[in-house]
Amino acid sequence: MHWQSVLEPQGPQAAHLHWLIVVFFGVCAAVWLLVMLVLLLGLLRRRPAPVPPLPANPASERRAGVIVGSAVGATVLVISALTVLSAVTTHAISADPSDPLLVQIRGHMWWWEITYEGDRPDHAFITANELHVPVGRTIQLELSADDVIHSFWVPNLAGKMDLIPGRDNQLSFSADHAGLYRGQCSQFCGLEHAHMALFVVAEDPAAFERWRASQIAEAAQAATPEQARGRDVFASRQCAACHTIRGTPANGNIGPDLTHVGGRAWVGAGLLPTTRGSLAAWIADPQGVKPGTNMPMVPLGADELKDVSAYLAALK
Amino acid sequence: MIRPALLALLALAACKREIRDLRTDPPVQAALEGIRLMPNGIGGAPPPVISAQGDPYETNAWQLNQGKQLYTWFNCKGCHADGGGLSGPALTDGWWRYGSDPVTIFSVLHDGRPNGMPAFRDKLTPDQIWQLAGYVRTLGSYSGKTAAPSRNDEIQSRPAESRAPAATPLSMPPSR
Repeated sequence: MHWQSVLEPQGPQAAHLHWLIVVFFGVCAAVWLLVMLVLLLGLLRRRPAPVPPLPANPASERRAGVIVGSAVGATVLVISALTVLSAVTTHAISADPSDPLLVQIRGHMWWWEITYEGDRPDHAFITANELHVPVGRTIQLELSADDVIHSFWVPNLAGKMDLIPGRDNQLSFSADHAGLYRGQCSQFCGLEHAHMALFVVAEDPAAFERWRASQIAEAAQAATPEQARGRDVFASRQCAACHTIRGTPANGNIGPDLTHVGGRAWVGAGLLPTTRGSLAAWIADPQGVKPGTNMPMVPLGADELKDVSAYLAALK
Repeated sequence: MIRPALLALLALAACKREIRDLRTDPPVQAALEGIRLMPNGIGGAPPPVISAQGDPYETNAWQLNQGKQLYTWFNCKGCHADGGGLSGPALTDGWWRYGSDPVTIFSVLHDGRPNGMPAFRDKLTPDQIWQLAGYVRTLGSYSGKTAAPSRNDEIQSRPAESRAPAATPLSMPPSR
């Protein structure tokens, strides 16, 4: 996984922003150094004691006027130039892409709902917390929020954009290289703001199409009696009221879609790596591992917990 | 000068943040289902664990707010609208078909009632049912409360919950 950093851009939009950061840093550093230098000269300069009344000296007053005037002029020039650069960069990264991949992201407390449109209604699917994108193609995100303001930020790929309830924002980006990029909600959104991570998986177009086909498919059938019992527990208990597993009676739409939860790398929006054990820990005591999450502690027996975690881990 | 400052300091000491009890211990969760309902399904005794915890589902704003969230998430609005009633009866008019006490409302949510009210025992955990029951009671409560859930995200179609007594007790059922 790449360092989550704006200083390591991995796509054209991030490269634009990186260039802007470098220019701003360079200009501001030069201005700061210059100001410090002048200040130091002023402090060190030895003046003769003033003889009252101070004699008027037209030459030195003219010189002072020229210095102050050119300093003010330079300030206006620098600020204007940086403003123009910002505007040009903003324009460059928000240009309408041709043939973009449309993806909708909806922020929830505290996870990301990701919807891929399909060319047919049955080719659309919903996943969570893991955004797969093909390398080189521009991704156009439509960002919305369910409850409070969140903010989408994957520093290696794009700038920040807020997800605001009642308003749709747009952001486009593309990745130059295959890899795993971490993102994080960057607008404080409540108790578990820190545990609201997002992962962007950039892969070559063929691998992306394979992944998309696997996500369009319904959930894997239960392969063992244990998994079959887990499927029945899931459908008959509180789990199904909030979660969907396509291909089973579970069709709740309050929590993340779990049709392929075993194939995602993380549980709980970047909280725990997906294993059968971490799934069981999450189900057994959600408030213990992510205090405040809206996932309730469902009273399950030990056998039920074993069966459900085996079933979910097998949903690749 | 000294006296107002001291008073302000004292007032500050009275500030106390409400405690959010995020995690319901499994034994408490199990005990929360232990209501003793009258044979006719109306009225009864709540589980003792609720009063032992200080009656959070009636007095804790966070618990009421969780109930408000569940009211939307579990589509109570689909039948009861914003409390004014639709295909289901109104909740704000002060008329309670089965009584307004917490135990009755818990059992209505938990087990359902004839003519359309579904049972939520397989969809909500017991503490969630108590949260929802606490919230529903604020919609048509006869007296004001000091705890209130957060404001609506949509346009208000009725006075905010618990800001004032929502209704006066009716002696006759409403005409609709």
